Amino acid sequence: MNMLFIYALTGTGLFFIGFYALIIHTNLLRKILALNIMGSGVFLVLISLAMRSGHSSPDPVSHAMVITGIVVAVSATALALVLMLKVVDITGKPDLHDQEDE
Amino acid sequence: MMQFIMTLPWAIMLILFPLTGAIISFLWSKQGNKIGLVTITFVLISVIFLAWSIIEQDVYLHTIGGWDAPLGINLYADGLSLVMLIMTALVGLGISIYAISYFSADQSKRFWPLWLLIIAGLNALFLSSDIFNYYVALELIGLAAVSLTALGNTRKAFLGAMRYLLATLLGSLLYLFGVGLLYHGFGSLDIATLSRNVQSTPVLWVSFALMGGGLLLKTALFPLHFWLPPAHSSAPAPVSALLSALIIKSSFYILIRLWLSIFGPLGDGTVESIFGLLGAGAILWGSFQALRQTRLKLLVAYSTVAQIGYLFLAFALAMSGGSIAWNAVVFLAFSHALAKSAMFLVVGNLLRFGGHDEIIHLDRVAQRLPITTAAFALAGISIIGLPLSGGFIGKYFLLESALLQEQWGFVIILLLGSLLSAAYIFKVISHFFTPSSTPHDSKIIPANMEWAALLLALAAILLGLFSSSVLSIVDIGSPFELEGEKL
Repeated sequence: MNMLFIYALTGTGLFFIGFYALIIHTNLLRKILALNIMGSGVFLVLISLAMRSGHSSPDPVSHAMVITGIVVAVSATALALVLMLKVVDITGKPDLHDQEDE
Repeated sequence: MMQFIMTLPWAIMLILFPLTGAIISFLWSKQGNKIGLVTITFVLISVIFLAWSIIEQDVYLHTIGGWDAPLGINLYADGLSLVMLIMTALVGLGISIYAISYFSADQSKRFWPLWLLIIAGLNALFLSSDIFNYYVALELIGLAAVSLTALGNTRKAFLGAMRYLLATLLGSLLYLFGVGLLYHGFGSLDIATLSRNVQSTPVLWVSFALMGGGLLLKTALFPLHFWLPPAHSSAPAPVSALLSALIIKSSFYILIRLWLSIFGPLGDGTVESIFGLLGAGAILWGSFQALRQTRLKLLVAYSTVAQIGYLFLAFALAMSGGSIAWNAVVFLAFSHALAKSAMFLVVGNLLRFGGHDEIIHLDRVAQRLPITTAAFALAGISIIGLPLSGGFIGKYFLLESALLQEQWGFVIILLLGSLLSAAYIFKVISHFFTPSSTPHDSKIIPANMEWAALLLALAAILLGLFSSSVLSIVDIGSPFELEGEKL
């Protein structure tokens, strides 16, 4: 139980570290990585919460949610990276602050 | 025969048709326009039959694969879901008719699969009764919407899409975190089961904060609206229309559902006041910004920020106990979807017509594009909330419940909001009639692009005329009773 508590706490920690990085970094690659770290945090929390007291086997529903979440995260990351490359192509740098943007 | 038609699983077809259409239009991309139109027609027919069977036989419940909740996943449709499905089908038809002439062959190849995927996702979302299904549908919609935003292939479109993607991913992650906690705390993902099990514990409110925060970000409620104007104003016209009309409503719908069945009955009034305050902020800030814009497309985008404020104002009034205010929510959401999609399509016409959307340089549009002008004026009537339109009914209900609850602050905000929206709509219309100091050449607009906008705007007005029948549909399965036990 204690071990699981540590996992959940680590997951929450990762979530907030990712959130902080998402806000303060301007580089798009760092923002995308930050979102991935947040995602890993959420997944870790969900997996650790799957252990049920009094049962020997963990709850499969949480695991199913995490698997779906991972699939979504992979495709979202792919889309984000492609978009970032497009932004770099067109503005010359990987961030959202565009001088020609008035 | 009739009996047989009614027993067909129309709700499932609502998801399967657009999903299949999306795949076929991707594989056979040259025929995208035809496949798209056929698919959206099938969707409309399915909605009509689903509506018919719900009106005749009460709420719709389908246990997928014969497994009932909590083990299986249910599809569920009551009056509220039905109205949202009708909204999706109507706006979807208008946008599809417009899109066949709007896009170049190359863009059209990419547009149809993504757009049909969005329809599939929206229909799935409105039919779900499971908080994890909501997440899946939200992601499906969100990723497809971001890709469509980037379809414009311009500098602004890519930057807008990138900002939108970061915001929507953050929103989904927050939501997923909340889902995980809620499941851990109360042992189910099914809304009906959850509504029986929940207790007011810290876990419940932490998960509400996470889910609510994520959904507010996706709905772009002030001050979380920063991503909306760049994304909605840089996307191609039909895409802006569907983003503003439909996508925003999907996360708002989840918020309503969660609140009604799970969190609302246990709340103590804090959330209401916060939503009301943010809604009021959105109305004032959005309208003020809209008034300041020199480009029409940005004006319309900021008007969306303001109209989202009305939805939350209604939400706040409804939560503190006015059933009239829930009807206001439905009318405001529905009429905004119709009117705002019409408006974005009008902007698309003007952009094609004159090559720009600078408001002061609009050149004798009223004489040269009478149908488009009429569409903008009618949509404007509904956005301002002038009598007989769908928007009027929504705002009237809102005002009535604000007066009944003696919420004078909200009354003032409502009146001020209408005044401001009238100001920015009339500012545009006045430039429709005048010649510009810099006259320009004009391109011909295909008739279906003009009529699609006009028909959507007309529908927003008709919504007001048929308000009583819409109300009787909304009432099926009484979605707005706070207990949530009849789910």
